[in-house]
Amino acid sequence: MDQDHIRNFSIIAHIDHGKSTLADRILELTDTVSDRDMRAQLLDSMDLERERGITIKAQAVRVHWKGYELNLIDTPGHVDFTYEVSRSLQACEGALLLVDAAQGIEAQTLANAYLAIENELEIVPAVNKIDLPQADPVGTSALLADLVGGDAADVLPISAKTGQGVAEVLDALVERIPAPAGDPAGPARALIFDSSYDQYRGVIAFVRIVDGRFSTRDPLRAMAQGTRFEAEELGYMSPARQPVDVLEAGEVGYVITGLKDVSKLRVGDTLTSERRPAQAPLPGYKDVKPMVFAGLFPTDSDEYPELRDALERLKLNDGSLFYEPETSQALGFGFRCGFLGLLHMEIVRERLEREFDLDLIVTAPNVAYRVELRGGEVVEVHNPSEMPNELERVEEPYITASVIVPKDYVGAIMELCNERRGRFDHLEYLSEERVHLIYELPLGEIVLDFYDQLKSRSRGYASFDYDFAGFRDGNLSRVDILVAGEPVDALSLIIHRDAAYERGKLLVERLRQEIPRQFFDVPIQAAIGARVIARETVKAKRKDVLAKCYGGDISRKRKLLEKQKKGKKRMKQVGGVELPQEAFLAVLNLDQAKK
Amino acid sequence: MKGARHLYVHLPFCAHRCGYCDFVTAVGGRDLHAGYVDALLAELELECGLLAGELETVFLGGGTPTFTEPGALARLLSGLPRAAEVTVEANPETVTPELAALLSVGGVSRVSLGAQSFQPHLLEVLERRASPDDVRRAVHTLRDARFDNISLDLIYGIPGQSPADLERDLAEALALGPEHLSAYELEAKPGTRFTHAHGDELHRQAEAMESYFECVVDTLTGAGYRWYETANFCRAQELAGGRDLRARHNLGYWHGRDYLGLGVGAVSTIEGTRWRNGPAVPRYLAALGRGERPRRELEPLPEPVQRRERLLLGLRLDEPLPIGDLGGALDRSALERMRSLGLAELRRVGPDGAELVSLTARGRFLGGGVTAELLS
Repeated sequence: MDQDHIRNFSIIAHIDHGKSTLADRILELTDTVSDRDMRAQLLDSMDLERERGITIKAQAVRVHWKGYELNLIDTPGHVDFTYEVSRSLQACEGALLLVDAAQGIEAQTLANAYLAIENELEIVPAVNKIDLPQADPVGTSALLADLVGGDAADVLPISAKTGQGVAEVLDALVERIPAPAGDPAGPARALIFDSSYDQYRGVIAFVRIVDGRFSTRDPLRAMAQGTRFEAEELGYMSPARQPVDVLEAGEVGYVITGLKDVSKLRVGDTLTSERRPAQAPLPGYKDVKPMVFAGLFPTDSDEYPELRDALERLKLNDGSLFYEPETSQALGFGFRCGFLGLLHMEIVRERLEREFDLDLIVTAPNVAYRVELRGGEVVEVHNPSEMPNELERVEEPYITASVIVPKDYVGAIMELCNERRGRFDHLEYLSEERVHLIYELPLGEIVLDFYDQLKSRSRGYASFDYDFAGFRDGNLSRVDILVAGEPVDALSLIIHRDAAYERGKLLVERLRQEIPRQFFDVPIQAAIGARVIARETVKAKRKDVLAKCYGGDISRKRKLLEKQKKGKKRMKQVGGVELPQEAFLAVLNLDQAKK
Repeated sequence: MKGARHLYVHLPFCAHRCGYCDFVTAVGGRDLHAGYVDALLAELELECGLLAGELETVFLGGGTPTFTEPGALARLLSGLPRAAEVTVEANPETVTPELAALLSVGGVSRVSLGAQSFQPHLLEVLERRASPDDVRRAVHTLRDARFDNISLDLIYGIPGQSPADLERDLAEALALGPEHLSAYELEAKPGTRFTHAHGDELHRQAEAMESYFECVVDTLTGAGYRWYETANFCRAQELAGGRDLRARHNLGYWHGRDYLGLGVGAVSTIEGTRWRNGPAVPRYLAALGRGERPRRELEPLPEPVQRRERLLLGLRLDEPLPIGDLGGALDRSALERMRSLGLAELRRVGPDGAELVSLTARGRFLGGGVTAELLS
């Protein structure tokens, strides 16, 4: 297909604003799938994505419309994957900006729309769900037009659910989005915007061909990482894999590489052919580093090998997942894992539990710290219990947070940001009702319960997005928790010095509620170094008996006690105290304990 | 010494089912009583080979055994084998001079009265029909009929029961001078009407049960009773003319002896097998009417399970338990832990230094949890 008849686009939308439904309608309308094959919301293939209504891994599907080849490149719908989103957008010339006519614009949509504008994409705005009685297509259209700098008349009113306006969307994509403009005769260059792993065929790269052409059996090279392989198969998704011999400039498709390690092929890298290699890679490659860390431990320490195998398998499909073995005095053998962000962590945890049937203890997440030791050496610390006591200075990662909220909640959200050491940057009114707040915040203040707090203090109306803003000096302390006099390494946390007392106090109070009463008094202490800053006691229990036990009850009572014994064996022991899993999560929701 | 020396007989009939009860019971059905007694005697006939020539104890439990139609009850008592201790459970409102005479003639030596409380408002919560006066009258009636071994059941932790209520209940019970007392914390069994109605309140008061239990034990031991089992007390031997007033039938369970159970829902444990008769009265009657054994659930009890039961039952008592009988059921490292916490004790006795394990007083208050630790 010549480039003039190709249109490459993404859909930018908030969760639940109808992206997947629209994608389904497009597949139907273009006869890409028959009704019978239509699995509702075909693009989101992982179970978890379906359930959570989000798209984790981008995919691309090719459809045909009135003689044009349209490639829909799906983007991951969350803040943790901003880099992946930016690469997906890089692969397009245009973006369909889809907004729920009843809900209005959310922070994440705004962030991605700005990203698309920065990438000089043609934005095609559309308001969805116009069939709903509470929809405000006129107001939302005006807002959208304002955002993209266009005319409200150009905003397409649609209902992805009923199919109304979807043909017009396809027409508009063809008319308004420019054709790709790479050099078809130049040395071959393709942008990798996603990858997945197939257990039989190895790593599959999803690519946008920018210049030249790629043929089956070409020897290829990923320019940033230097990985070499042969193109075992080329093709495109429709939505199943359709092999072709050649992929040409402007097209979107896949390359089966035969590689066994996804981390050898990073999103954002450029593929070229060794037959006639390009001089320079495409711009924009970044080595994405995990920013959020947590310990993952099997509840039953016998399951350590299963956890290791499961992480290895997940890593095949998720090059951004990082893990290394960790040994905790309290929790035994496990792994310290690095994630792009909180959602990424949540997804990994759920997949481990669901797909691999593992029972896990996940420690409270923390960020990466840059620590300058006495003597000038700089180390990165991923685990609070490893934070040295003797150090020159510590830097912690900061973010630029973007929050969109109805104006009535501005005060509450500003208060929250201030509590979390936020620095106010600016505020703008998106409409009479909706306010866009920009704050600088330490990432460490976000990873615990910021998101929950944001939702509860705005009654669910606030939306949130963020961008990394680099490392800054932090005035931080390590607070250790001692249970029955023994430090519990998995409960150590790093906190701003000013908040250490209050958080330490809250944490021991919370632990007192979570740790079941034992046969003896259990002191719980928070300490900075050797100095105890807070203390609580779990009082010994005084009664634990089965009321009756006669001839008819014996079997039942025996089973009850055997079960109780088994439960005790599963609990983690520190200083002879059984710590339930909840104790390790106590640090996550300290502010709820306050209420 | 072949054969079971303890016999349990279940009489399921009640005038009314109390809200908290989860025993196998059948309301009313007086026309069934005679037939049911026939079936019991038929089952006894089928199983008498399992019994020893001489029995130690017979226990008639319910239901409300004394609600059984008097003719049928008398026939049952005369049809059962003699034993050193024959106990009948009775609800206070059913105790009349006629009943007392019937029991006496029938060879009953011990009566266990379901008093539960002496506060009208608490009896109402429990849906008990007896009034506090009925309880007192029942004791006097039994005394008049020369019963010299009477036990009272008390329940604590009744929704709305204050600490003062509990103290009054204990004082009232002691004033009647029973030989034996059982005190149970009210258990909200899942699925009962009671749990449905009072579950939240029971949950709220759970923490207070620690001091209620302590109050029960302190008050009764202070009044000269021996706390011989987790929930059971008897007048101390030296204050009872040398009589051992522990419930011999129940001691049989706690010592891990074999026992035969007759009737619906009754459980038997004999030579490493436990079985439970089905709970439905009509099916039970039909099976025995055909001369067949009733439908049963069987549970094999291999040696290790028997030893675990020996441990969990034995630790309910105030007597030390010989470790030699327990095989691998006891977790020795847990025992060391419990000893270091002052919850268990280990003693060596005799020329061969046989080991005995027992719980300390504090250990007995925590007996369930400590036992769960000690089970290997």
